[in-house]
Amino acid sequence: MNAPAPVKGCRDVPVLKQRGQREVFCGLTGIIWLHRKMQDAFFLVVGSRTCAHLLQSAAGVMIFAEPRFGTAILEEKDLAGLADANTELDREVARLLSRRPDIRQLFLVGSCPSEVIKLDLARAAERLSAMHAPAVRVYNYSGSGIETTFTQGEDACLAAMVPALPVTDARELLLVGALPDVVEDQALALLAAMGIGPVRCLPARRAAALTGVGPNTVFALTQPFLGDTHAALVRRGATHIAAPFPFGEEGTTLWLRAVADAFGVSDAVFEAVTAAPRARARRAVAAHAATLTGKSVFFFPDSQMEPCLARFLTRECGMTALEVGTPYLHTGLLGPDLDLLAEGPVISEGQDVDLQLDRVRSLRPDLTVCGLGLANPLEAEGLTTKWAIELVFTPVHFYEQAGDLAGLFSRPLRRKALLHREAAE
Amino acid sequence: MKLTLWTYEGPTHVGAMRVATGMQGLHYVLHAPQGDTYADLLFTMIERRNARPPVTYTTFQARDLGGDTANLFKDACREAYARFQPEAMIVGASCTAELIQDDPGGLAEAIGLPIPVIALDLPSYQRKENFGADETFFQICRALAKPVARTAAISCNLLGATGLGFRHRDDVAEITTLLGQMGVAVNVCAPMGARPSDIARMGAAHFNVLLYPETGEAAARWCEKTHGQPYTRTIPIGVQATRDFLAEVAGLTGLSPRIDETRLRQPWWSASVDSTYLTGKRVFLFGDATHVMAAARIARDEIGFDVVGMGCYNREQARPMRTAAKSYGLEALITDDYLEVEDAIAALAPELILGTQMERHIAKRLGIPCAVISAPVHVQDFPARYSPQMGFEGANVIFDTWIHPLVMGLEEHLLTMFREDFEFHDAAGASHHGGHAQALAPQEVAQPAPLPEPLVAAEPAEASGGDIFASKNGQEAPSAEVIWLSEAERELRKIPFFVRGKAKRNTEKFAADKGLTRISIDTLYEAKAHYAR
Ligand code: SF4
Ligand code: SF4
Repeated sequence: MNAPAPVKGCRDVPVLKQRGQREVFCGLTGIIWLHRKMQDAFFLVVGSRTCAHLLQSAAGVMIFAEPRFGTAILEEKDLAGLADANTELDREVARLLSRRPDIRQLFLVGSCPSEVIKLDLARAAERLSAMHAPAVRVYNYSGSGIETTFTQGEDACLAAMVPALPVTDARELLLVGALPDVVEDQALALLAAMGIGPVRCLPARRAAALTGVGPNTVFALTQPFLGDTHAALVRRGATHIAAPFPFGEEGTTLWLRAVADAFGVSDAVFEAVTAAPRARARRAVAAHAATLTGKSVFFFPDSQMEPCLARFLTRECGMTALEVGTPYLHTGLLGPDLDLLAEGPVISEGQDVDLQLDRVRSLRPDLTVCGLGLANPLEAEGLTTKWAIELVFTPVHFYEQAGDLAGLFSRPLRRKALLHREAAE
Repeated sequence: MKLTLWTYEGPTHVGAMRVATGMQGLHYVLHAPQGDTYADLLFTMIERRNARPPVTYTTFQARDLGGDTANLFKDACREAYARFQPEAMIVGASCTAELIQDDPGGLAEAIGLPIPVIALDLPSYQRKENFGADETFFQICRALAKPVARTAAISCNLLGATGLGFRHRDDVAEITTLLGQMGVAVNVCAPMGARPSDIARMGAAHFNVLLYPETGEAAARWCEKTHGQPYTRTIPIGVQATRDFLAEVAGLTGLSPRIDETRLRQPWWSASVDSTYLTGKRVFLFGDATHVMAAARIARDEIGFDVVGMGCYNREQARPMRTAAKSYGLEALITDDYLEVEDAIAALAPELILGTQMERHIAKRLGIPCAVISAPVHVQDFPARYSPQMGFEGANVIFDTWIHPLVMGLEEHLLTMFREDFEFHDAAGASHHGGHAQALAPQEVAQPAPLPEPLVAAEPAEASGGDIFASKNGQEAPSAEVIWLSEAERELRKIPFFVRGKAKRNTEKFAADKGLTRISIDTLYEAKAHYAR
């Protein structure tokens, strides 16, 4: 049901910025999907028991699915002397690597405690890289809550990898953003069918497959939260292909079109490749749009995907957005999505959670997209919620997932209707 | 530094949250970075609470650090008071705020709120969740529980039940009922369900029932000293312990300990011939000390198991734990490293594991039946139905829970007799479980999903395999030196999977002791005769 582009989109509307309590994850959470994507990487958080507990609470059952992440928990004595902390870190890393010889990339992940005591993990990474080269490359980034929110952890991780990528002059397309393997394969197949190549991915599934980068590299982001990675690639001379993000049929088509244009793909080829999956995606979305049409939606900030999702839900599913909250609004990257999102909703950046809860209670939207700390309490108040983390942990990009994406939003509404059937009779 | 994958306990401030969330009319202002709010979902998801935990986080960010985090904290206190109008407040720092050295207590005092504000000092780099809960509850009592006249009728307080406590909700109900049948009224149950104004009248009780030493002992001791209230030492988990507990209460009150046992079914269930096959089953126990010690007594004296190993993760209770273990002829395993627990279990090859969520995972990996007896637990152990552990109904619940994962008696015989029956092959497991137990060396690993399971999903998808520290599975020391001849190995395979681990180990040990390097069928049966009990 893609509506025509609105006369006035949300790119330039004033943004509601509030500061207060934020109910969000820290960037450490990104480890949970990144470690699955990078199959020879280990993520070592240097932090506190809180950090370990967060990872465990967020990773749930994964703890036993051969996790390649852990927390070096700082102890009293590490706080007393930083020199000792470095020695301790070296020892823990050596122990870890000797037990896991399959590890090729080690990420030292900074946390709030390690940042506050100013443990220099960048230097530690250099030192350890030298010690364990060439078998293992050691990187460092911060996933601390004081610096990063949820998906920004992935951004920080990928941005940390960029400076170390080899130089290349090849004209290659780089897809940036960790996608579920099945989705990545679909994207690669579509691009290949249009004759676009070679295509590389960042992150790659294995260190050996890591790409080069240079002035002839063009890159497309598959996730909206990759601001720092974008900047790091631009610094290396690469060119960004601006586009809406590939959510829904429309988003995927526009994203592919932008990439196709950069590679001089003809309209005929583009049509031939995309016509069938576009039709499939539209049909799949339509099945859910019936439930969603005419319903209102309110987004709490979580992943920075909110503007893209609001664009999808309003344009392809017939919903009305009341508020679109995001932890950060990177207008540069999200401009194409914001242009398509009709003026109307409040666009909010940052959060004062109590004030935002006041707003959601007075608006009583049909669907509220929020975190797990808020979802059940809001359900108990009679609001219908969709917990947001699932949108990050589920394959939702590109054509074949468009129906699933809509389904994630329609399911809570259908469920509410099912459970209230008796009452309605 | 200590490399950690899985922790039995969260940080101290999560313990304080458990107290605050258990109570009503109390608000916790926590100086913490944005991101630490993750802890809310333990309560809203695992415990399925229908309201946000009463916690305000300052959620400072990097840009706040140079500036005025102290004012941020003061504002958070003011706003929390204005919005939630609590009767009292607790304030403290999470691990990061502990490092930036604002003084939550002093700052909160400076703004002069018209309610009691209790400062918490919870050393995050030394202590853990249970200490956090115990200390917080103690500080709340110290600040609020004033001397008051005793109630006219005999009454007691129930101490130690918190938010996110394993079966705390139903234990409180069960014990309240039992005490009521004896004629003892509950004055205040705290922290669970109490308001600060209730804490103030705790002194009216004649004595205290300490339900959970991990989270209530400091307060119980303080009440004893300050208000002259004795507290009960027996934890009423299990039939005998419950009777002992009632006798202890009778001793404190002069009331009769005899109460209605008509709905207590566990003793007969356990005595019935159907349970004979449970005799001497080898069981390993791990969890918090309180639940493990109670479970050991039930296991040995009420169900007739053989307790072959026991331990706890909370060092605070190491001493009573060691003493208890000694009475079973065992050395207690005191550790918070699950790899050590896994090693101990693998070495002992028990027939049943009673533990925490983590031991469930270990059990699944080793193909050993398991039941959960202690926190930490997941969403499935906060059940909708009434499921206490304490008292007589608790005894019924425990019997069902522990027996359920075991292969049933008749089935066990059939498995032995028709061990090559295709429906009884190794991987099939117990017939009433849809069959998922694994054979001994579970190298065959379910492919992990490309992206993670959703947070706090229900029952985990089967996912096992190696772990970070190169699992010790499948590389048992003795087999390195002793070779199984193929006939003996085939014979070994005929032994039902749930005792095969033990048989294998015993035989290898027997062979090693005898200086044998090869194991034949004869060796196998000689070992069997040697170890016959
Ligand atoms: S917010 Fe900071 S202290 Fe808390 S878990 Fe995240 S990195 Fe660790
Ligand atoms: S799925 Fe895990 S995280 Fe969730 S309740 Fe179960 S074992 Fe826990």
